[in-house]
Order: sequence, then C-alpha cells, then structure tokens
Amino acid sequence: MSGPAIRVRGLVKTYGRRRAVDGLSFTVERGEVFGLLGPNGAGKTTTVEILEGYRSADAGDVEVLGLDPAGRGPELRTRIGVMLQEGGLYPGLRPPELLRLFAAYFDDPDDPERLLTLVGLDDVRSVPVRRLSGGQAQRLSLAAALVGRPEVCFLDEPTAGMDPHARVATWDIVRGLREAGVTVVLTTHGMDEAEQLCDRVAIIDAGRLAAIGTPAELMRGTASGEVWIETSEAVDRAALAAALGLAVDAVHEVGENEYVVTVVIGPEVVSALAAHLAGAGVTLLGLRSGRRSLEEAFFHITSGGAGERA
Amino acid sequence: MRRRAVTAQARTELLMQLRRGENLVVTLAIPLGILVFFAKVDTVAAEGYDQPLDFLVPGVLALAVMAAAMVSLGIATGFERRYGVLKRLGATPLSRAGLLLAKTATVVTFEALQIALIVTVGALLGWSVPSGLPVALGCLLLGTVAFAGIGLLMAGTLRAEANLAAANGLFLVLLFLGGMAYPLERLPDGVAAFARMLPAAALSETVRAGLTGSGFPAGEFVVLVAWALAAPLAASRWFNWEE
Repeated sequence: MSGPAIRVRGLVKTYGRRRAVDGLSFTVERGEVFGLLGPNGAGKTTTVEILEGYRSADAGDVEVLGLDPAGRGPELRTRIGVMLQEGGLYPGLRPPELLRLFAAYFDDPDDPERLLTLVGLDDVRSVPVRRLSGGQAQRLSLAAALVGRPEVCFLDEPTAGMDPHARVATWDIVRGLREAGVTVVLTTHGMDEAEQLCDRVAIIDAGRLAAIGTPAELMRGTASGEVWIETSEAVDRAALAAALGLAVDAVHEVGENEYVVTVVIGPEVVSALAAHLAGAGVTLLGLRSGRRSLEEAFFHITSGGAGERA
Repeated sequence: MRRRAVTAQARTELLMQLRRGENLVVTLAIPLGILVFFAKVDTVAAEGYDQPLDFLVPGVLALAVMAAAMVSLGIATGFERRYGVLKRLGATPLSRAGLLLAKTATVVTFEALQIALIVTVGALLGWSVPSGLPVALGCLLLGTVAFAGIGLLMAGTLRAEANLAAANGLFLVLLFLGGMAYPLERLPDGVAAFARMLPAAALSETVRAGLTGSGFPAGEFVVLVAWALAAPLAASRWFNWEE
C-alpha cells in the first residue's frame, strides 16, 4: 500500500452557472481522519459525492485509493464505506435485517451483531427503520457504512440530529476507526467535532480551499494579533474601532455579541476597551487573546462571519 | 455479478413486499376478490364462453401480473428512490444489473405465488385447468416486462407521492379497460378500440386465447410485444436514481 488515500487536484464542478466546486486541491493520507468544514453550500457534499463516484468532475483529477471513482467504481465500491447526509435505509426493515443485507454485498463483511452493539442499537433490534429516531437512523447508517470493512470511509455530517450522548459515542467510533487504520473523510458543521476528531481539516468556502491544516495550526493562525470579546449586548463596531484608534474593518462580528478585534493586545488596549464599553453601558462578558477556537478561526477564514453561525 | 448479494437482495425485497399490507391488497385481495365475486354474481354472462370462469381466470391472472409488476414494484421503487435507498445502493458492490436482477426475481417469485393462488381458487370454483398453460405463462412473462417497464418509468421520473397516485390510478383505468372482469365488447366501440392498444387488454386477451386454446390474437400479441419493448426502454432512458 503506497500513496495517499485520496488525492484531489484542481477539482471543478459546475451546476448550471454556479461553480459548486472551484479548483479544489487536497490530499488525504492513509489512516487519517480528515474533516471538510464549511458553510452550507460551500461544496462539501458535492466534493464528497464526487469522491464516492456519484458525480463526475467537470475538470481536475480525483483519486481514491489510487483509482478514479468515475471509471473504477465497481472495484472501489468494495473498499469504501459511505454514510449519506440523510436517508439510504429501507424503512420497512429492522436494523439487524438491514445490516445483514448490506453485509451480503461484501466478500468479507464485519459481523452485523457486533456493529449493532457498537453503534448502540441493541435495544431497537425489532423496531422498523421508519420508527427509529433521527439519531438512531444515523447510527444505523454509520453501521451500514462500516459493515464492508472499508479502507476509506466517507461520513457526510455523521452526527447531525444526534443527541449529545450519541454524538460522543459516535466520536469514539470514529477514533476507533483511526486506531484500526481506516481513512475517514467527514464533513461537519460542528467546530467541536472537527477539533475533537480530525487529524487535519480543510475549510472550504464557496467551492475553494480557504485553509488546510491540523486544528491546532488553524486555531493558532494569526491569532497573536487578535482579541476576542463577548459582550452583554450588541456593540457598534465603528464606535468601538474609533475608541481603540482602529479602522472599522478591524472589528469583526463573529457571532451574536461576539467580536474579534485585530489589534496587538496590551494594557492600554484593554483599558480603552473597558472604558468604551462602560461608556456604552455594555458589560464585557469575556476576553481572550492568543489562542482562538476553531470556530473563530473558521469565521475569520470564511470571511462571511457577520451574523450567521454555522 | 455477486451471486450472494443478488440472492440476499431478492430475499429481502420479497420479505419487504410481503410485509406491506397495502401491497397485498392490490396484488392478492383485489384479483382474488374479483375472481370470486364475478364468478358467483354472474353479471357478465361472458358470451361465447362455456362458463364465466373461462373468461374470468385469464383476466384475473393478467390483473394480478399488472398489480405485481406495475403497482407493487413501481410504488416500492419510487419510495426507495425517495428515501435515498437507491442512491445508497449505488455506493455498494451491488451493481445496477444485480439490483435489477434481484427485483426481477422478486416479481417473478411473487407472481408464481399469485398464479398458484388464482388457479387454486379458480379450480375450487369449478374451473378446469386447460392445457394451454405454457402459452399463457409466456404471455404473462411478456406482460410482466411491459408493466414493470411502465411502473419503473413512473417510479424513476415522478415524486414518490405522485407515483403512488399515478400507479394506483393507472391500475384502476387499466382494470376497467383491460377486458379482465368483463369483455371488452361491453365497452363503447371507440373506447374498446382505444383499450385494445393498451397493454392490459393485450395481455388478458392473449392469456385467455392461450388458456382456452382458441385462435391466437396476433394483433393483441403485437401490441403486447410493443409495450414490452417500449416501456423498459423508456424506463432505462429516463429513470432518475435520485429524486
């Protein structure tokens, strides 16, 4: 086994006039847990579905395990596992029946019973899929993705709709995959998920690669020149910038009542900030400089920032 | 082709089909109900037949095949498309050819069950099983291909709910125009002429001719073959795997 698990070079996919994926390049090493992060419509699912062989690329090269997913699909499909963003399960089957069916597609499948226990669905063995909760259906879908003992596993928003307990349990399963040497490509909205699980993360924005690296690298970023603050209510960005002697674009709104100010922190900055907020009748709830969270990094990198949270 | 995969797929599809109550109503209860009702309540007085059952059994066989191949297969496939099952299967080693083979095996197996039940009930009602069975079975197979093509064409192009309505609606229309429960001659001339171009009447007339051993209706046979060619071709041309 040599070469990376996945190689994407100059990938382009156009729907009508819209470029869903616009010159994307990245490599995923074998055994890596790789995260694709980005706002809705950034091109994450399109990229994953090209890798899975569902769609063809308009331009660029894509290789999964050294094979072209468009041309070598039948060979590849014995070696990959897929979890769709939603659906993909027969509503009329019970979990063990569904897993046994999927196991029959492969020459050397994993044990369906073991997988049922692994994803915590032993209690709903006799419940038809149509009556499972969203989170339970997701976990069954994950088990179905694993039943063929895949070398590469694609998980499209694997924990969407799961309660916190199931989410953590799913993270443990993904960590288990990494320990078993399985390459995992996952898309997610959850910064905490990416931070917890991924060896490396690619941040995609408008079909382009905005940043790539380990979560630690992305969080470090240029944060030494930034101050993150959280306030009790909204702050006038222009007034705040003026009080600190900065241009208005030095203050970014990164969430509800959360701002990142591009400034090198020092005692005078903190006192000017506190004085300004006090004058405006706003309470400073939090202040941090240096290390930023992946979420802040994400908003910073995807520039959109203002208002909408992922 | 992965034999184990196709076998498991066919077995599971058959299991799901037997579990769907509404499917059993259309594929078994309605055909058998029509057979018993029209045999007992002789509203049709099928002219030219020794007894009503000689007319009814072939018609009900055609009706059952239409229900299994068009309604049952079409509706199930439409919902599999809606729920992303077809898409998900596209990422497994089960090929499209394998899936199609499994679905074919499922439909044919289920039809064997239908035919056995209809022939048994018919015999209990006093029908004597004639010798022309192979010809009739061949025509039923052709009909299966035609109706499966129609069912899959609708399943692969319409939204799941629209497909559900269309399949059931078409089933009803073709039952009325199919020469199944009463002879086509009872219809107004223009309607009867139109009905003869449709696969339902073509199927029931050819199956009936096969079973009664009367002169084989070449025109109806040509219509049946045409549908058995055109419908699957159209389905394979326009079937969209994702809704």
